Amino acid sequence: MENVGQSIRKIDGMAIAMGKPVYTEDLAMPNALVVKILRSPHAFAKITSIDISNAESLEGVECILTFKDVPNARFTLAGQSYPEPSPYDRLILDQIVRYVGDEVAIIAAVDEKTALLAMKRIKVKYEVMEPVLDFEQAIGHPSVVHPEEDLSCNFEIGLQKENNITSSSHEEVGDVDEEFKRCAVVVEDVYYPQAQAHTMMETYRAFTYLDHAGRLIAVSSTQVPFHIKRQLARALQIPASKIRVIKPRIGGGFGGKQTGAGDVFAGLVTLKTGKPAMIIYDRKETFSATTSRHAMRLKVKLGADQEGFIRAIDMQVLSDTGAYGEHAPTVLGCVGHYTLPLYNKTRAVRFDGKAVYTNKMPAGAFRGYGATQGTFALESTVNMLAEQLKMDPTEIRLKNISKVGETFLTGQGVMLGSSTLDRCIAKGKELIGWEEKFPRREVGYNKVRAVGMAITMQGSGIANIGTASAEIRLNDDGNFTLLTGATDMGTGCDTILSQMAAEILEVPMEKIIVHAGDTDTSPYDPGSYASSTTYVAGGAVVKASEELKHKILAQSAAILGVAPQDVEFDGLAVRTISGDQEISFAKLAELTILGTGKLQLVGYATQGCEVSPPPYIAGFAEVEVDQETGKVDLIDYVAVIDCGTVINPNLARIQAEGGIAQGIGMALYEQVRYDEIGKMATNSFMQYKIPSRKDVGKVRIAFEESYEPTGPFGAKSIGEVVANTPPPAISHAIYNAVGVRENHLPITPEKVFLGMQKL
Amino acid sequence: MQIELTINDKVVKWEVANDEFLADTLRSHGFLSVKKACDTSCCGLCTVWMDGKSMLSCSVLSLRAHSKKITTIEGLPKEAEEFAQILSAEGAEQCGFCSPGFIMSVLAMKNELVNPTEEEIIHYLTGNLCRCTGYMGQLRAIKIYLGVA
Repeated sequence: MENVGQSIRKIDGMAIAMGKPVYTEDLAMPNALVVKILRSPHAFAKITSIDISNAESLEGVECILTFKDVPNARFTLAGQSYPEPSPYDRLILDQIVRYVGDEVAIIAAVDEKTALLAMKRIKVKYEVMEPVLDFEQAIGHPSVVHPEEDLSCNFEIGLQKENNITSSSHEEVGDVDEEFKRCAVVVEDVYYPQAQAHTMMETYRAFTYLDHAGRLIAVSSTQVPFHIKRQLARALQIPASKIRVIKPRIGGGFGGKQTGAGDVFAGLVTLKTGKPAMIIYDRKETFSATTSRHAMRLKVKLGADQEGFIRAIDMQVLSDTGAYGEHAPTVLGCVGHYTLPLYNKTRAVRFDGKAVYTNKMPAGAFRGYGATQGTFALESTVNMLAEQLKMDPTEIRLKNISKVGETFLTGQGVMLGSSTLDRCIAKGKELIGWEEKFPRREVGYNKVRAVGMAITMQGSGIANIGTASAEIRLNDDGNFTLLTGATDMGTGCDTILSQMAAEILEVPMEKIIVHAGDTDTSPYDPGSYASSTTYVAGGAVVKASEELKHKILAQSAAILGVAPQDVEFDGLAVRTISGDQEISFAKLAELTILGTGKLQLVGYATQGCEVSPPPYIAGFAEVEVDQETGKVDLIDYVAVIDCGTVINPNLARIQAEGGIAQGIGMALYEQVRYDEIGKMATNSFMQYKIPSRKDVGKVRIAFEESYEPTGPFGAKSIGEVVANTPPPAISHAIYNAVGVRENHLPITPEKVFLGMQKL
Repeated sequence: MQIELTINDKVVKWEVANDEFLADTLRSHGFLSVKKACDTSCCGLCTVWMDGKSMLSCSVLSLRAHSKKITTIEGLPKEAEEFAQILSAEGAEQCGFCSPGFIMSVLAMKNELVNPTEEEIIHYLTGNLCRCTGYMGQLRAIKIYLGVA
């Protein structure tokens, strides 16, 4: 193949690398009002009075809006397909504030200085209430985070607001308790994966204005333009037809930008004033007033028979969704959905979970989306089980993993269409040097080196929910325009989707213009999340391109006076198979579009899948632990990946390396922490440590391609699965090194040191 | 207050406030390659050169740029493009938001360090954070650029 499978550079690569003005802030009108937000200093309080007179009178202040000025319609900031599973539990501004950082007032002024000065002049009185800070105490806490009557859900999600339960999930097949009794070995443990911050380099931002037709235009750094449009319509109570959302280049998202942030505030200012408005969250707001990964408590119990077949799995999850329920039910469900199918020799499986409200920053979507937390807990327990059974951790996986053509207990009969996970494990063992290094070896000076491993899966799109449409047309000049709603956020989907179209149409990529992420012109696409883009949007592009190809052949044959089966593509032309006639695309365009033809050739397709085929990874970590101090150095990380056909090897590799680095951060360094009154203690890079280039050791990626029959060119997803293996694999390696099994992430030197004292 | 400085080889006179930082001044004059991402001098995205040395423009008052020579990536189209081509061929720009500051640091490193080892490269660039790539692709690109691959 000329395009698919090639490491083609990103079509926007040089522009963004060279600092061209292509991001949201660069595109904002210079006269845009600066929007700032006054935020709550209390974790839980009711606003009893708010005096804006001294602020409003300041020269240069355009408007100040409080809870009295916003529409009374609760909505969710979660960017999800309608009907959203997340509860409608927030107002643009509410009289009750539910976490330190919750919005109290919107200030719009001619410049930042004036806006900040005005903010200081707003006088707010609060009736402070007892906050719910510990998520393990949320159920049955005397404080109710969401007492309001008008909170609603689109469908039953197991919400019990009086108990602070946002959503509940239960799945059970077989008799788990009976099955454990029959098992030769049963292990169980409790895990606490922490809240993690996305820390994309471009903070949240949006720029809004009214166009020539009086419509609200939002240029937004978002992964979900169509969802933002629907969200704005509901929150602002204006028709969706009056809104257009445009996604320019995006400085990273990682799921964070699957949740709305400043759009509603800037949009409200523009509606109230008629003027362009720009909101940029600073880094502190990005850390403390957006979303993080859900902190969770997971209890996992595994039972196996004498030979090491896993026969029973029980997983009980408590998820901290914070002050609002963005993505609460779906992240909770994905904890089980993207872990339990790994092992299918089971006879009984039970999953029970609850997400709870607390008075902390909301949790939201974050690369991995519950699978990351679930993988840490399940895979750590599988490593325990292997030890109990005196089996090699790689062998117990090979013995228990689901294979192609098989089903799994909670899978309702869905068969696995592709997997090379067994080869991934074998290749990873070889690359890390497992046979020589497992479990540990002394390297002198009180240091010891050890290896650990874990496997993981994710999905590719959301089965029966995620859809994507694509349109591709032959232009009047013989070039092509590909329209897609997929949102490139640095991931490179504008490029790989063009690679797919170019492959089908047998044309060089430069003949294809990509226009994406604009709700006025793009066909519908939910956006780039749920590992959907390559698999679902890619599927739509393939179908649309095939339709266009078919039409080009038919029209060319008609013009050439031969049967459609007697013509074929040849370069930038269609020729007869006999070779005696041909028509160039440019000529075809001229004859069809211009003058008498009156027929522009367009391929269009909507893709939605009944399955969500899992990509797989086998991850292997080698660490060096200082037995005196507990310091852990990551020496080597090997990830061997089955993402089906690799569409663009370099871009897939970068996705993998970056996701692994985020997983390393989660394993060893990163944690969103709060102080005793619920104020975030990690609101800058000074306190919240993401890995620098000194902290990631060596990360090595290899691919073991499978062919997914339902995927475009056999492809599956890669975007999220890459984040999942480092926490369990690194934790395993540390245990193998010094015997400390630390289940509270991140595994800091202090925890390792204290753990060693207890041995 | 007025300052006179050389920006990308052009002498300019700019009005700046006493409490204004250079990154903001540069952006307000259209040098939009200069990005800000941390507010705490941690991330390196705002890296430009002052008299040939890389520095964080978010943490230097614009007044301090008086009579100095400031270089942004817009002023080094050839040199920057040479490396950007290699970086992009690796796919290691990803979202690209940190790339201009990172490239300014890489070009400064090339001027400063002779035949740097891998450790020296990593140490020199530690202050340039990236959340997308995991840094491996950037290192591959640098090695190709410096001819030490």
